[in-house]
Amino acid sequence: MFGFFQRQGQAVFATFARLGRASFFLWHSLIGIFSLIKRPLLLIQQLHYVGVRSLSIILVSGLFVGMVLGLQGYTILVNFGVTESLGVMVSLTLVRELGPVLTAILFAGRAGSALAAEIGLMKSTEQLSAMEMMAVNPLHRIIAPRLLAGIISVPLLTLIFNAVGFLGGHVVVVSLLGVDVGSYWGTADSVDFYNDVMNGIIKSMVFGFVVTWIAVFEGYDTAPTAEGVSRATTRTVVNGALATLGLDFILTALMFS
Amino acid sequence: MKPANSEQLVEIKDLCFYRGERAIFDHINMSIPRGKITAIMGPSGTGKTTLLRLIGGQIIPEQGEVWVDGEHIGELSHKGLYQLRKRMGILFQSGALLTDLNVFDNVAFPLREHSDLPDALIKTLVHMKLQSVGLRGAVKLMPSELSGGMARRVALARAIALDPMILLYDEPFTGQDPISFGVLARLIRSLNDALQLTSVIVSHDVQETCEIADYLYIIANGKVVGQGTPEELYQSDSPWVQQFLKAKPDGPVPFHYPAPDYAEDLI
Repeated sequence: MFGFFQRQGQAVFATFARLGRASFFLWHSLIGIFSLIKRPLLLIQQLHYVGVRSLSIILVSGLFVGMVLGLQGYTILVNFGVTESLGVMVSLTLVRELGPVLTAILFAGRAGSALAAEIGLMKSTEQLSAMEMMAVNPLHRIIAPRLLAGIISVPLLTLIFNAVGFLGGHVVVVSLLGVDVGSYWGTADSVDFYNDVMNGIIKSMVFGFVVTWIAVFEGYDTAPTAEGVSRATTRTVVNGALATLGLDFILTALMFS
Repeated sequence: MKPANSEQLVEIKDLCFYRGERAIFDHINMSIPRGKITAIMGPSGTGKTTLLRLIGGQIIPEQGEVWVDGEHIGELSHKGLYQLRKRMGILFQSGALLTDLNVFDNVAFPLREHSDLPDALIKTLVHMKLQSVGLRGAVKLMPSELSGGMARRVALARAIALDPMILLYDEPFTGQDPISFGVLARLIRSLNDALQLTSVIVSHDVQETCEIADYLYIIANGKVVGQGTPEELYQSDSPWVQQFLKAKPDGPVPFHYPAPDYAEDLI
């Protein structure tokens, strides 16, 4: 019985220690972001790796999600004779919820896992240690540009996801199911820029920040072994997705309730 | 900070370091003389790499002091430690080259990070460093295209890029073929003499290390069990030193890992 409580206590202590390390890590990485002013190339390079290279999965996913939304919406709304509301349904669903959430989850899977694996491997091959011994702070040189690139990329990818999703809805609703193009695009105008679009962008910024923080921290804090790197990538995707969904509920409650 | 000792570049005083309950170093004292090659040897798992990390300030000891060129490592600020590290070079066992940069950019990395030199001058310096390790022709190769020995030589060129006062070598000979062995040993000796460096080699390759080292420390069980010039140590009557230098399978370092009674385990 004593052993059980001891193990639970150790687990709680380890969790708090890890949270402390993550906060310390974040603080020093954020300070490192200021050094990027002098070296924008480091940021541009990472924007390419985590942002531009995530475009294909975002485009394809956005298109299919929009098509499915259009199809599902049509099968429900046609019973009530209000298929002209499909435009607002698709756009609101994308802008408020699915765009930010799915983009963040896809980003965690595509770019987050790659970041965790890259940094974890750099640690296990002593590249981070070598940098420290060369008097180069890896939190500034390696982590900060990746963190900022994630924070910038996710909102932009979300906007692209939303736009492509709405076009996917158009393909199904207008081109295949024959709903009037004017009503599809016209009703989408009822999306409120400040309440809906801006709140969606704020959500995606929060998700981008949290998912990228999780990814770079998991890579940096991993055990320097093959198993450790594997665990770091898995935890990045799982924790990134769970954090996104949990935060989405909180933000939705704050913004729309 | 105290006035730098003109004789000793590194001084380790009453150092204790633990991993859990196990003492890796138990009140050890060492001095690394300036301008010499000092080798720290001992069986695997005795904390030789840990000692390099203590000298480099990557870990701080529980007790005792590490002084490098008059600076107390444990009391340096983050900035002070980084300033000191600019005067130190380290060759990791794996080379630890940055895998997304080619050979040129790897060697140029510390120069670009710590100086505002124009590209033309950096190019000249990188070529000079690579020439000194015989790899100027490999300037455009990626780390994945290098053999293990070549990767270590590139890492060596990178380590001397900022003209350090001390070079730390972590197991430089491990996994090398005889030719690479010879090349690396000759390079360590010639770089030390030509650049007037102080070199610390951590290794368990007895013969190769003894050939180039001026002074040796042998550590085992957290203690310094022998020290002196290679000739002095070969004549030592310490059972620890004799077991290590003559590669005896059993002795003070037992062949068997501690275990319960053999007969009881079998029956």
